[in-house]
Amino acid sequence: MSENGSRMVMDPVAIQRALVRIAHEILERNKGTAELALVGIRSRGIYLAKRIQRAIAEIEGSANIPFGVVDITLYRDDLDRGLQNPVVQGTDIPFPVGGKRILLVDDVLFTGRTIRAAMDALVDFGRPQSIQLAVLVDRGHRELPIRADYVGKNLPTSRREQVQVRLAEADGVDEVVIEG
Amino acid sequence: MAFTQRHLLGLEGVAADEIATMLDTAESFKEISERDIKKVPTLRGKTVINLFYEASTRTRTSFEIAAKRLSADTINVSASTSSASKGETLADTARNLEAMRPDAIVVRHPSSGACHLLARHVSCPILNAGDGCHEHPTQALLDLLTIRERLGDVAGRTIAIVGDVLHSRVARSNLHALRALGATVRFVGPPTLLPPELGRLGAELHTNLESGVRDADVIMMLRIQRERQGANYFPTLDEYSRYFCLTEEAVRLARPHVIILHPGPLNRGLEISSAVADGPYSVIMDQVTNGVAVRMALLYLLVNRAKTAGAGDALEPAIAAEPRRQTGGRA
Repeated sequence: MSENGSRMVMDPVAIQRALVRIAHEILERNKGTAELALVGIRSRGIYLAKRIQRAIAEIEGSANIPFGVVDITLYRDDLDRGLQNPVVQGTDIPFPVGGKRILLVDDVLFTGRTIRAAMDALVDFGRPQSIQLAVLVDRGHRELPIRADYVGKNLPTSRREQVQVRLAEADGVDEVVIEG
Repeated sequence: MAFTQRHLLGLEGVAADEIATMLDTAESFKEISERDIKKVPTLRGKTVINLFYEASTRTRTSFEIAAKRLSADTINVSASTSSASKGETLADTARNLEAMRPDAIVVRHPSSGACHLLARHVSCPILNAGDGCHEHPTQALLDLLTIRERLGDVAGRTIAIVGDVLHSRVARSNLHALRALGATVRFVGPPTLLPPELGRLGAELHTNLESGVRDADVIMMLRIQRERQGANYFPTLDEYSRYFCLTEEAVRLARPHVIILHPGPLNRGLEISSAVADGPYSVIMDQVTNGVAVRMALLYLLVNRAKTAGAGDALEPAIAAEPRRQTGGRA
């Protein structure tokens, strides 16, 4: 516990181990990479999905898995809840969604509302065979009936606490920290 | 991200970073129109009224498609079918429409300033779809988006705007926005259609087509507005065409990468030759495609903003700046 009340719960090594384990679990559950596609939720989900993609490629040797990005802004259920307009950065799904096993990737699973929005966005592109969810951290406090298929770390938190996932690609450092 | 507008009445005085926000947002919306299911639920349950006191196919259709792709309900009111034909004033019409609780009103009107008048009488956002000879901001924004897509940065580019500048709201909106973004603007046309005041707003004035388009990065043609030609601004259409019709020879004077824009509708053979309008440098159809994305972006920015006006600004500014920064709090 540091002086400002923040506490590190995952360091770079722990994050990397969790992602490699998730990559193995994905391959085991799906019996390989057939029809598999990775979709990262903006913005940290993209970096995590890229890392999982690399880990799968290392395990399987070749494996060119289709990759997409989903921006949930236009599907949020809180657009009229007193926020300023969130920046729309765009969705990019460069492969046909129909029939794919979509692996949705995000950094933190909390209320489940982001995942609900991401699934709504995905099914607007077609009818996937399945949608699975991988998250680095599950911090509880669900408000919707949603669960993750692959979890890096289960993290019991109070609602008031903030879980900060920092990744080298965006923040210059790999760590998961609880604040407040 | 910078966006503080309550309405979109015009682009005069709008800062460069706000214009950039509108264009960036529009760029993100383009992808939706490429999908099989061209619809997102963003404005579900919102109502957009298209109030058109002037004929329009492209702009009205574009606004209507934009609203529908955001899942808003749209209602079209045109002057011929409205109570305006029974003598109701614009302000009274506005108050009556407002009583039905729309979430945005898109207005086209033959009088300059009509949108500003409406904005004083209603509380919902007003989007100017062209007011008289004043402004047509969404047209200028879709022009900018098209230029940015084809040539990259707008700053430092030379844009020649050719034709009936006097009556053109497209020219005025483009002048304000292009100057804000750091481009050079030339207005080109016969002296009778080239008001000298526009020189004071920062445009170069050219009465000769060849000097006007020489070394230009962009040539934007304006329609000769026959419906607004009360007096004789030039002797005959034939004579105008001989001096100012954009032909392939004139295009060759511009930079090799030149692109040709036209807000439509085209008067083929009058202000633009068919060879140019359909030529490889013509981006006229890109403009139409981009128009839908620009209007989606403006509806998104203004309608969601209106709901939160007053309360929204102070609340959770970190999320406004970077929506996913506090993922732990929102995921």
